[in-house]
Amino acid sequence: MADFGGADLDAFRTEARDWIAANFPAGLKGRPNPMMREERTAPSADQEAWRLAMGEKGWGAPTWPAAYGGGGLSGGEARIIQQELNKAGAYNPIGGMGVMMFGPTLLEYGTEAQKQEHIPAIVRGDVQWCQGFSEPGAGSDLASLQTKAEDKGDHFLINGQKIWTSGAQFADWCFCLVRTDTSKKHEGISFVLFTMHQPGVEVRPIKLISGNSPFCETFFTDAVAKKSDLVGPLNGGWTIAKRLLQHERSGLSGAGGGGGFFGMQKPLETLAKEYVGVDDKGRISDADLRTRIIQNLIDTRAFQQTAVRAMMEAKGNSGPSAATSIMKNAGTRVMQDRAELTLEIMGSQGLGWEGEGFTGDEIAAVRGWLGGKATTIYGGSQEIQSNIISKRILGLPDLTNNH
Amino acid sequence: MAVLSEEQSMLRDAAKSWVQEKSPVTAFRKMRDSGAELGYDANAWNEMAEMGWAGVIIPEEYGGSNFGYLSLGLILEELGRTLTASPLLASGLAAASALILGGSEAQKSTWLPKIAEGTAVGALAIDEGAHHAPEKATAVVAGGKLTGKKTFVLEGMAADILIVSAKGPDGLGLFLVRSDDPGVARTRLHLADSRGAANIEFKNAQAEALSGGAELIEKVLDRARAGVAAEMLGSAVQAFETTLDYLKVRVQFGQVIGSFQALQHRAAKMFTDLELSRSAVEAALAAIDADSPDVPELVSLAKAKMGDTFHLVSNEMVQMHGGIGMTDAHDAGFYLKRARAAEAAFGNQAFHRDRYARIQGY
Repeated sequence: MADFGGADLDAFRTEARDWIAANFPAGLKGRPNPMMREERTAPSADQEAWRLAMGEKGWGAPTWPAAYGGGGLSGGEARIIQQELNKAGAYNPIGGMGVMMFGPTLLEYGTEAQKQEHIPAIVRGDVQWCQGFSEPGAGSDLASLQTKAEDKGDHFLINGQKIWTSGAQFADWCFCLVRTDTSKKHEGISFVLFTMHQPGVEVRPIKLISGNSPFCETFFTDAVAKKSDLVGPLNGGWTIAKRLLQHERSGLSGAGGGGGFFGMQKPLETLAKEYVGVDDKGRISDADLRTRIIQNLIDTRAFQQTAVRAMMEAKGNSGPSAATSIMKNAGTRVMQDRAELTLEIMGSQGLGWEGEGFTGDEIAAVRGWLGGKATTIYGGSQEIQSNIISKRILGLPDLTNNH
Repeated sequence: MAVLSEEQSMLRDAAKSWVQEKSPVTAFRKMRDSGAELGYDANAWNEMAEMGWAGVIIPEEYGGSNFGYLSLGLILEELGRTLTASPLLASGLAAASALILGGSEAQKSTWLPKIAEGTAVGALAIDEGAHHAPEKATAVVAGGKLTGKKTFVLEGMAADILIVSAKGPDGLGLFLVRSDDPGVARTRLHLADSRGAANIEFKNAQAEALSGGAELIEKVLDRARAGVAAEMLGSAVQAFETTLDYLKVRVQFGQVIGSFQALQHRAAKMFTDLELSRSAVEAALAAIDADSPDVPELVSLAKAKMGDTFHLVSNEMVQMHGGIGMTDAHDAGFYLKRARAAEAAFGNQAFHRDRYARIQGY
């Protein structure tokens, strides 16, 4: 990716490289970000030191305003930091929902007091956030949510239930959509914040088909949210929620359209040669499988080319490229197809759940195949994405009464 | 669409206007109905040549403008939208590429200026059977004379010169043969897509070698493939847009049929595939302009992906138009027929999927 800076950015790059070299613990080089693992154990001394250093520098949220502890840097400088971290085998220890979606939203809609109170802790990685949006009865139709917030003067009392709350079992605070007016659908929703560490909040992890529990049910029984933690106007939460979901979608696109990576790292053709074999011309010996592998690799390549094109067009033209609307569906499809092909390639070695007789990679492939089924459901399901493309991009008529 | 330079934007805009004003699909229909011998409208071709389109990849010293393959691809895309027939691809792209990459100075200076002016038409003659198999050429050149049979030569009847693949004393290579040579017998093919094509029999036709052997053949073919893919992109996009317009006006069961979710989602799928295909086609053309070592795999990627997409869109165009999509009076049939011909040209999806994998070693 081209940066448009010159000598200034070169000087910054040197600064970034030197600072990382001075502050990134050598023992963590090449190690994965502990936040990416679902089981959270107490951080090692090195991990903690790295988090504190990056937190203080503000480089975990490099483009956020320095007034709230962020780096106050440009997009170009932020990219340089990322590049230099990659080169040093270093992860960004500051992350989570607070960075990805809540922080940017609060910076746009929050009061000065709210920003002062909440942003610095996100930047330092001191506070982890979870998202209280979906409910058992409100998934794709999020605006039909029913969790109620009763006005008690200086606070709200919240009663109800959220579901699919990612990382709720590790979260300190929750940004939550609540119903403050039952007579209107979209205009009866408010956006409130509250601490997870209170008696009225109960978290139950949900075990998935993949065996892990990245998401939770969250129950609220007279949970308390301070009035000062109402973001935006009363009953004006839906607009803020939509903006936050845009941030979420950009964040997911950055991770490969929400397809991300589930499962095996080895290229499909390499796996096929190992598990299936080749003919005398060096071609994967199962011709039917070979064709389907090729198709997946072609579609994956075209998807990557589209990501590059969308980015160049967003920079060069007058706004976001139309191509961005297709990214989640296109990305999740190739990822899911790849996961299915991986299983097929491995044959009976692709049926293991755990234990002996299977390698770690084989088990990871199976778990990844299962977990990957979620990607066409969360963050705007495949069907909702198709609706967005057909109605908002293609202009086909909307006869449902939706916003 | 790719971020374009000012020159490229102007070229594309000029092509868009000309196509809209002078060459809508009705012009193709008229050409077809007239049983045009050439397979295109000679007046329209003259206009294109006058605008410099036939010289877009030709160096300035030979009368061209040297704007490159992405630029020519932009023009081909616009022409593809209205199924405009012309020898631009066969001559201005394929034959010109062969001469630029493998022609002697004499061959270049004799033919490139005429190709750029549109006063001479070149055509590529590669295949000898029903399926694209460039490595299987059996035509032979001995003592400077070419003997053999070629099939499905695009614009073969209109061509003044033929660029023919054959086995010479040094192996497989390209040879220049004049179509008025007494040893050349051409049979016109009446194709479903009404474009010009011929089967050609050569008996001791005078043949001048181009240099570059089998490698030259692949390079020229990759440029031709990218050009076909660019034209297919325009045709597929227009087929989709016409269909989308229909979904917004046709009423059944008291509502516009575009409000039915099943059709909305099929439209969204086509839109998605078109965006992915555009990325692949533009990347291939850009790689050719950059003379990248990735050209073969990017071209096969583009031709395979574009072929699948146009295959889908052309079928959906007929289906979504219902009964009227089946009438000759409607344009849907034209796009369907063109799709299959373009899919087959210079290697279909299966050919290019296999090639993509072979290049990458599996």
